[in-house]
Amino acid sequence: MEKGKQTANRHTMPVQDPHERQKNFREVALGYDGETAREEALRCLGCKGAPCTKGCPVAVDIPAFLAEAAHGNFEKAYKILREDNALPAVCGRVCPQEKQCEAQCTRGRVDAPVAIGNVERFLADLHAASGENPPSPPKNGRRVAVVGSGPAGLACAGELARRGYEVTVYEALHAAGGVLVYGIPAFRLPKEVVGREIEELEALGVRFVLNAVGGKSFTVEELRTDLGYEAVFLGTGAGLPRFMGIEGENAVGVFSANEYLTRINLMGAYEEGAATPVYRAKKVAVVGGGNVAMDAARCARRLGAEVTVVYRRSEEELPARREEVVHAREEGILFRFLANPVKIETESGHVSGLLCAEMELGEPDASGRRSPRERAGSRFVLAADAVIMALGTSPNPLLSRATEGLALGPRGEIVADGEGRTSLEGVFAGGDAVTGSATVIQAMGAGKRAAAAIDRYLQNKGPVA
Amino acid sequence: MGYEILQREVLREGIVRLRFSVPLISRRALAGQFVIVRADQGGERVPLTIAAYDRAAETVDLIVQAVGASTMSLAEKRVGQSVCDLVGPLGMPTCFAGVKRAVVVGGGVGCAIALPLAQGLREAGATVQSVIGFRSREQVILTEEFSALSERVFLTTDDGSAGEKGNVCRPLARLMKEGNIDAVFVAGPLPMMKYAAETTRPYGIKTVASMNPIMIDGTGMCGCCRVRVGGEMKFACVDGPDFDAHLIDFDEAISRLSAYRPFEQRARERHCNLLKKEED
Repeated sequence: MEKGKQTANRHTMPVQDPHERQKNFREVALGYDGETAREEALRCLGCKGAPCTKGCPVAVDIPAFLAEAAHGNFEKAYKILREDNALPAVCGRVCPQEKQCEAQCTRGRVDAPVAIGNVERFLADLHAASGENPPSPPKNGRRVAVVGSGPAGLACAGELARRGYEVTVYEALHAAGGVLVYGIPAFRLPKEVVGREIEELEALGVRFVLNAVGGKSFTVEELRTDLGYEAVFLGTGAGLPRFMGIEGENAVGVFSANEYLTRINLMGAYEEGAATPVYRAKKVAVVGGGNVAMDAARCARRLGAEVTVVYRRSEEELPARREEVVHAREEGILFRFLANPVKIETESGHVSGLLCAEMELGEPDASGRRSPRERAGSRFVLAADAVIMALGTSPNPLLSRATEGLALGPRGEIVADGEGRTSLEGVFAGGDAVTGSATVIQAMGAGKRAAAAIDRYLQNKGPVA
Repeated sequence: MGYEILQREVLREGIVRLRFSVPLISRRALAGQFVIVRADQGGERVPLTIAAYDRAAETVDLIVQAVGASTMSLAEKRVGQSVCDLVGPLGMPTCFAGVKRAVVVGGGVGCAIALPLAQGLREAGATVQSVIGFRSREQVILTEEFSALSERVFLTTDDGSAGEKGNVCRPLARLMKEGNIDAVFVAGPLPMMKYAAETTRPYGIKTVASMNPIMIDGTGMCGCCRVRVGGEMKFACVDGPDFDAHLIDFDEAISRLSAYRPFEQRARERHCNLLKKEED
């Protein structure tokens, strides 16, 4: 190995110019070239115990794939990556690496952590352009249904297919991918990337049934009996968008981030001549501080609006991925920290402003973050003709209402153990439907663990009757 | 690929009945539920109430009024052609429990929503009296179907060109005065449902309105279809589309339905211009 290279600085990700990109929906991050990827991989110190792998929800053997990449063995590196991660091109783009693998990287204590996500993305993109998909493994004749084609469902389906199961994925929308297609905008995750990952699963023998809503078009019971699946995985996702319950929230011009993003991402409403409309506002207030808030803000910016993110805590507590906040700022998005909406001002049923209260931080709450409280006499109006609420979601009741005996938590979320087992035999669950809003990779981790548990369950149950 | 149109019947100019073979929907559909249709790739997701279903034949009927670009694309489809997406049954079925004597009120193409309610009520053992209203005789649809299911049918037109002159509220008020009604089910334009609700309110008769807000996914994910009912926020796709008409904030619903009106007008014009070009 060219040891000297270990002293190189972390290679920054080339990006589209902020002034250009705030007018288009093309991908912001442009990706490493081969030489940069190799040099970045060379920065890995190859520590014993691989702390980075411990920081990864799907436990990718990071030092191993970086070592291969450092030698320029990119396809071999990809194969190692793909062993544990069903969607590397997606994860390389949307994982909060700075809180996971890269947070644990020893190199971070020396200068800056290895850009693991950037190398991951390079390997996955290179493979998509040139590599061949592995042959479909021999089938074991046993059938498993996966409900929901988001990150949890795709990871579970991929893992089961590799183990020889015949997997059918049921998706409620007209396109597979869940939050990857309706939620995350193309400038962060191009839809072709998701499409390729899904094609790869199809090549593994996974079958997708679109326009099929769990609990409406079919029940879990029917999957087990009439349709003869031996096990079912529920990866139905986060569910119903939350609102604040403040006055004016049903005015024209108030949207959930889910609605706003779905119109843009799934329905292509940003494109000229699109059949689905998206509200064209001049001044948009986005309420919330997570990745979804950043995505909504950046979409609104691209549609020509002046955008302010309103967050009730301080910048330090922002739950969004660091890179997204930096990119949002570069694109001219304003932030109003320590501000909490109390009322949406309206004029003849349309949004005319957002009345906010200034907040200050008190003691840490249950989540460990300092809880905000209102400063007396501090109210102000933020001019806005649209307000986007990005406040997370509450569990979707469609499937649980139609599934007798499925144990639910206090908020209506599906109860599942660490391996995804629910209260119903042969029924597993994972992802946001169990945990509430979380990250893509956490959902994938849950899907992957459930796949292993389904495999064990069916092996113990013995061969097909 | 897609969902083929087995039958197409023009009920009136701009109003067609389309029959689809779609077992995933027909086998579980119940009165009051809806589907979401996308006519073509790139098309809008349009919610439409299930007008009829046949479990044995595995078919679902939709009645489409060509009012905007998306419904025009749908209504123009011919037998043998397909729509690219059709998903359902969505929403909660209408609850007929405890109803022995019902009034069903339909306004305009809302009669396509009211008809399966009349049918569902009959199947649940209730008697039905129907009040159906239209702008004028050219828009009248489904009279025979309502007659077959109802003890009496009251037909109204705004201009008096067919049936009684005026809107549905007058015959509805008479039925309220006659009494002996357990519940009223209304489907149609929001202003009409609002006034129907005001007509029944003084009599304290349970009145259920089938709401038709803007939707995208139809499964609770987008929250676009929220309706204020008794001061609470409800999602029409998950908790509805039926709600207690005496508790619905109709004025807010009317305002919300207009959110994309300028866009819809432009899309409609564009669609009509395209058609003209094709004809030239």
